[in-house]
Order: sequence, then structure tokens, then C-alpha cells
Amino acid sequence: MKNVKLLSTQHMVFLGLALGALLLAPSMLKTYGLYLLSLWLVYVIAAMGLNLTVGYAGLKSLCHAGFMGVGAYTVAIMMKAGISFWIASPVAIVICFVLGLAIGFPALRVQLHYLGFATLGFNLLLVLFFRNEEWLTGGTFGIQNIKRPGFFGMTLESNTSFYFLVLAVTIVFGVLLALLLRSPWGRAFAALRDNPIRAESTGVNITAYTLMSFAIGAAYAGIAGALFAPLVNFIEPAPFGISNSLLFLMMVVIGGSGRFYGPVLGAAIALLLPEYLRFLKDWYLAVFGFTAVAMMIWLPGGLLSMKEAWQLSQAKRAAKQKQIAEAAASAGVKGAAA
Amino acid sequence: MTDFMQLLLSGVATGAIYAMAALGFTLLWQAAGTINFAQGEFVMLPAFAMLIGMSMGLPLWASFIVAVALSILVLGAAFKKWIVDPMRGSGVVSVVVATLGLSIGLKSFVKASYSAEPHPFPSIFGDEVFKLAGVTISYSDVGALVFAGLMVVGLQAFLNKTITGRAMQAVAQNTFAAEALGINVKRMIFYTFAINAILVTVTALLITPTYLAKFDMGDNIGLKAFFAAIIGGFNNSRGALLGGILVGVLENLAGAYLTPAYKDGVALALFLTVILIKPDGLLGTPQERKV
Repeated sequence: MKNVKLLSTQHMVFLGLALGALLLAPSMLKTYGLYLLSLWLVYVIAAMGLNLTVGYAGLKSLCHAGFMGVGAYTVAIMMKAGISFWIASPVAIVICFVLGLAIGFPALRVQLHYLGFATLGFNLLLVLFFRNEEWLTGGTFGIQNIKRPGFFGMTLESNTSFYFLVLAVTIVFGVLLALLLRSPWGRAFAALRDNPIRAESTGVNITAYTLMSFAIGAAYAGIAGALFAPLVNFIEPAPFGISNSLLFLMMVVIGGSGRFYGPVLGAAIALLLPEYLRFLKDWYLAVFGFTAVAMMIWLPGGLLSMKEAWQLSQAKRAAKQKQIAEAAASAGVKGAAA
Repeated sequence: MTDFMQLLLSGVATGAIYAMAALGFTLLWQAAGTINFAQGEFVMLPAFAMLIGMSMGLPLWASFIVAVALSILVLGAAFKKWIVDPMRGSGVVSVVVATLGLSIGLKSFVKASYSAEPHPFPSIFGDEVFKLAGVTISYSDVGALVFAGLMVVGLQAFLNKTITGRAMQAVAQNTFAAEALGINVKRMIFYTFAINAILVTVTALLITPTYLAKFDMGDNIGLKAFFAAIIGGFNNSRGALLGGILVGVLENLAGAYLTPAYKDGVALALFLTVILIKPDGLLGTPQERKV
């Protein structure tokens, strides 16, 4: 059997460098910088899940922050009840997965763009739940002093050790996603996005795959939430609202939806860049929003599609020049004949 | 019983306002295939325009007229020319993301440049109330109901009875056939955007006294408008009126008799029920799927 090469050399070098930088980062960053980097990784996990739902399977999901909230609250509530993080976080993932199935179901009933509103409304409902059910979620005061977990007797209380936990989880679930996308499932998801009716007629079970892409995406948000709660130590309804769900979608699309590294780049732009552009304050989001509009007009494939977009425009220009040259040549021939 | 009547009336009034935003939303979808996720912000902007007008000393009615003009120019013409037109043919997802970006951008722009605080906004019908058969009724509720009702009925008449209105409907139903019949498609689409711009400005005038002018006031209004539009039927403009009033009334009744905490969830519950039973909305007609 022929050996299939998993990654190109270039890709391997890139991954090696990125991993090296991420491993060295704690020794170079201060507390806040490390916190931000951990938060970025948490967002990357969530955005990777959304990329599966939106970018690969082509479904509009606007309640990703809500799913992340479910994950965060599940872990926080269970840990407050004295249950270990290592039991609470799988439970959080399962709950999000099941909720994803439940929300994916109406998606099968309705036209795809209605799904955007259905999920948006669902997110609203989740926030109302977080805010109103004080006995469970602490209402607007939230849940405070969420402890960081231990790991086989080691404590992960320090920022550096927790960062490594987040990094390890990100890598594990990143690899899992990459494997999923290379499997026949990944191809089925793409078929679903590109043309649902054709996919159905070639034997792809639309129902099952739609539900799966949604539920797996939600489960990734659950993982992110499960890490978010102990990272920040404190949760309240605000970070899980509609505006953050929209921000997640923007992350995926601006980075490049349907591209594996799209969410990584998108999360960096949405989370890390504002820190360096602090002097812009509220203006940052205004610029971010309007840039997204401009990008959808000129570069709908996202930042990572820049190379292809440039090649395409070059090819178009070359074709046009060739046309002009041919026209000129034929005109010259005519001129010579006259 | 009087409580119920009061809730019903104010519910119908709020619902009629939702219906206007929903109607504009449906019209844009029909004529240009644009799902405008920034519809809520399209209501917020004229509210601030009127606020600025009043702070410069104009009376409310005058700033309303200025806001309508500005709205047609910016939310109608400029929106169509610079955002919707260049995106023709690039798919629904791109348009959705672009209008979402626009929504975030506009909100943050107002927050950064004007203020993050809520601002009180006067009602054009005053604050007085009167009693009728024991039911307390506010002039602003009645005014909103009459104004919004007139707008919606007037628009229906315009769309169904005038040549321009019928041409607009023709464009919405089949752009190619309309063009072949000699209808100026581009102009008709522009009219739709202009009508939406007027509708959102009237919505802003009527709803801001209760919602207060705030940079994120559009979140709620936008969402209610979407739900109203889909509940009534996305491809039927009478549906928007029905959907809006249903949402407004049920929300009010649920808030009073069931639980005020989940008042905002009523629209969602109604929406989910309707799409599970009748995916095309209460008054909508089924659309064929195309490969």
C-alpha cells in the first residue's frame, strides 16, 4: 500500500515553529499576556467548532457563545458542588452536544437562513436563563471563585500550568478535528455545504450529517466553556450573549471559513489585536465591523483566501491582456491585408 | 378584564410597531434577496438622528422629517449602492455576514462617537392617558397603533393598487420576467430600499419613547422584527402585520400572566412553534427548492 503523506514539509515546518513559539511563550510573557494567550486558545477551540458547522457544513449558527456559556456554567456549578473538573468537563461537552442536536433539529425543518434566527433566539433564551435562574446560576452576580483543577496530584493553579493544559486541549481537539475532516465524514459535510440536494441524491444522509455538524460544533463550544470558567475564575451572563455569538461568526469568516487555520487567525484578530489597539477603545469594534463589511465585498473567502484571490485576479488580468494582444494582432493582420 | 384589555391594546400597539420593521425587512428580502441583520440598527440610527436634530433646537416633527430624508439617503440609497449592489451574486452567507458586520460597526460607532448611555425620547403623541369604560389608555399607544396601522395599510394599497407598486411586486416575484416586460428593475429595487428607510424611521419615532435611545436598542427590535416576519410568512407582506401583532400581544400577556423574566423568549417560542408546524409562516406560500 502506498504511504499517504499527511502534511507537506512546508506545513510541518510551520506547525513546528508555531508549537515552539507557544511552548516558549510563558517564559517571555507577563501574567496578563499569558492570560490573554490562554483566552485566545479557548476562543480558538470554540471557533474551530463553529468553523465545522459554518465553514465546512455551511449551516448558519448564531448561538455559539450560548453553547460556550452552557459549558462554562455546567463546569462552574458542578465544581462548586465539589465534583472534579475531570468529570464536570466531559459532562459539559455531552450537554452541549445534546443541546446541539436539539437545536439542529429545527434546522432540518426550515430553510437554512431561518436557522440563523432560530439559533439567535435560542442564545437569547440561554442568556435569560443564566440571568433569571438565580438558584442555579447566581443570576447577574454570576458564580465566583471557580478553582482551577489538579492533574494527578499536580495543581494547575498557576497561570503557566493552566496555560499548558489549555494548549494541550487545543492541540488534541485540533488534531481530532483535522482527522474528522479528512475522514469520509469531512467530505460529506463539504457536500452538504456545496449542494444539499445533490448531496442527498448521491446518498449522503442529510439529516444525520446536519445534526452531527451542529452537535459537534456545539460540543467544541462546550469544551471552550469548560476551560473558560476556571481560566477566568468568575462567570456571569454577559460573555455568553448574542453579540459574542456574532463575534464568533465574524472570527470564522474573517479568518477564512472552511479553512482549517481560519479560526486561529480570526480569533487572534478579534481578541489579541484589540489589546494592541487599546487607544482606539470603542472605535475598535466599529472599525472591526466595517472592515468585515468591506471584506465580504472584496474578499468573501476571508484573509486566508488572499493568495487564491490574488492568483485569480492575476489570471484574469493575463487572460484579458492575451485577449487584447490577440485582438491587436488580428487587427494588424487585417491592416496588412488592406 | 380591564387589565386584560389594557394589555391587549398596548400589545397590539407595540405589535404594530414591530410589524413595520418586519415589513421593511420582508420587502428587502423579496425585492433584492437581502437578509438585513442590521435592521435593528436601521431603527437605532434615525432615533439618534432625531435626538441630534432636537438638541439643535428643531421640534420633534421637523427632526423627524429631516431624519426621513437622511434615512432614504443613507439607509436606502447608500446602503444599496455601496453594500448590497457590489455583493450581488456572492451568496446569502456573505450578505448575512456583511450586514452583521454593519450591525456591529454601526452600534460601536454610535457608542464611541455619541454615548453609551440611554437617552429619553419624547413621544410625539404626548404622555397623557384617558379612561374608556374603566380601561386606562395612553394617547401614545393609540397614536402608535393608528400611525403604524395607516403605514401598513397605506403600503398595502400602494403595492396592490398603483402601477409602481405592482411593478415592484413583479420584480420581487420574478426579476427576469419583470425586466422583459419593460419594468425598470433597478429603480423598483431602489424604491424598496427607500420604503424600508421610511418604515424604520417611523418605527424609531414610535418605539424610542418606550425603548429609550441607546446604541444597542436595535438588538431587541431587530430580533422581534425577524421573528414577526418569519411567523407571518417571509414572502407575504400581510404576514408581517399578523406576525408583529401576534408577537406584541402574546409577549405582553405572557409578561403579565406567566413570567415577566421570560417575556423576551415569547417571540422565540412562537417562532419555533410556527416553523415546526408551518415552515413557510402562517400566511406564506411554500417555496420550491432549487438544485
